[in-house]
Amino acid sequence: MVDGFRPALLQEALKIRSEYDCTPIAGGTDLMVQKARGFALKPDFEKPLLFIGHLPELHKIIIENNQIHIGAGALLTDLLNSKKIPAIFKEAIGLMASPPSRNLASIGGNICNASPAGDTLPYLYAVNATLVVMSAKGERTNPINEFITGPKQTALRRDELLTKIIIPNKIFDVNFYRKVGQRKGMSLTKAAFLGMADIENGKLTDIRITFGSVAPVIVRSWEIEKYIIGTPLREIKAAITEIQNQFEPLLRPIHDARSTAVYRKKVSLRLLEDFLKNISKEK
Amino acid sequence: MKIEFILNDKPQTIDVHPARRLLDLLREDFGLTSVKEGCGEGECGACVVLMNGKAVNSCLVPAGNIIGNSIQTLEGFKTTERYKVIEKCFLEAGSVQCGFCTPGIVMATESLLSENPHPTDDEIKESLSGNLCRCTGYNMIFKGIRLAAERGKGLW
Ligand SMILES: Cc1cc2nc3c(=O)[nH]c(=O)nc-3n(C[C@H](O)[C@H](O)[C@H](O)COP(=O)(O)OP(=O)(O)OC[C@H]3O[C@@H](n4cnc5c(N)ncnc54)[C@H](O)[C@@H]3O)c2cc1C
Ligand code: FES
Ligand code: FES
Repeated sequence: MVDGFRPALLQEALKIRSEYDCTPIAGGTDLMVQKARGFALKPDFEKPLLFIGHLPELHKIIIENNQIHIGAGALLTDLLNSKKIPAIFKEAIGLMASPPSRNLASIGGNICNASPAGDTLPYLYAVNATLVVMSAKGERTNPINEFITGPKQTALRRDELLTKIIIPNKIFDVNFYRKVGQRKGMSLTKAAFLGMADIENGKLTDIRITFGSVAPVIVRSWEIEKYIIGTPLREIKAAITEIQNQFEPLLRPIHDARSTAVYRKKVSLRLLEDFLKNISKEK
Repeated sequence: MKIEFILNDKPQTIDVHPARRLLDLLREDFGLTSVKEGCGEGECGACVVLMNGKAVNSCLVPAGNIIGNSIQTLEGFKTTERYKVIEKCFLEAGSVQCGFCTPGIVMATESLLSENPHPTDDEIKESLSGNLCRCTGYNMIFKGIRLAAERGKGLW
């Protein structure tokens, strides 16, 4: 069996992908840990590796038609250093892993790993990110909430690669992100909350609310957002309990070594409260 | 897989499994034992080396990802003026106790200062947030780095 492939170009990578059952590997920060066997041992992979982290086509970050196109291979460090990436997204990325791992980890790897605790996901769900996937036959697009189908599960087909993430080039009036972890640096998420809103003439004209690590996939409710939009700022405070009650059944966290289910739910609903209170203070 | 890369400024060609960890390659095939294995999972920073001048966890890097890249370990960095400043300042500030974390911390310091020669205290803390130390309590390490940034003016 071949151990691995390292094509020079994306088209060659797609061709290999169509001919061989192989495992794409970008930075390897998830895969090398998942497949680790212990001290001084080579990680074991069942399938040949397809190295894609170096492919130049996957590293571009460009603005086109007022949308930001991010190559799937863009490193977390590149996103942090890019002037094109919205500050609230950078805030979430800056709290991921540590600087030496962010010099390896790619955004595409975080998405394809599809962990409920993936920290790029709350923002990407909130802005309806569009994912571009390619195979040797062509390309198709998928909204992120359809691409990720469950914990560690995606709609990626065996001959495809994720190539691009498209997000709107837009900054909301109110931006709020909190990651709850064991400590400030280098910790995996127990619960994450992201809230963004637009305000016009004292009324909410748009709101986005997402929760990470409290369900098999990121929680976002278009219905509840619709229900909140249009609320005058001075009435928000009075509506907080009702909004919390609407979200409550959607938060179905697990109990594990990192945290308890009760804590995850409670802290998530408190962060929602905090965000809504912040909005009500806006002019 | 055939792997061509640059190690401590010298071109190298090796034939290894592409999933082999850079950490093992450096320690076992090249005898560069400044690179330490603490956790093997990207959490501790003991294995930090430079790839194209940037700090990376060598336990997370498969050999297939070093092709065409330049890797530097403490053994290679040791001969530079910048290293000598860091060494002096670490000694003066008491930044080293058992020393297990030190190679990783020195390489992370070089990565930081080469990008940002005048870091604030918060920037030092942030860029060292992936390097654990069981002995010093960190303050002496931060002090050593501050000193190096001051004394090494112009080197970075
Ligand atoms: C110490 C440590 C701390 C971490 N902290 C955090 C954290 O705080 N928050 C967080 O969210 N994550 C964290 N992670 C997880 C990880 O670093 C991220 O998920 C990272 O973004 C993965 O990117 P990668 O390029 O390394 O992925 P890889 O490991 O290369 O790949 C991950 C998965 O995605 C697939 N894949 C990658 N790219 C593509 C593509 N273009 N097309 C199709 N499939 C692809 C791979 O086959 C694999 O299944 C941490 C990891 C470590 C080791
Ligand atoms: S051994 Fe690589 S980070 Fe701990
Ligand atoms: S000096 Fe002992 S671990 Fe840092």
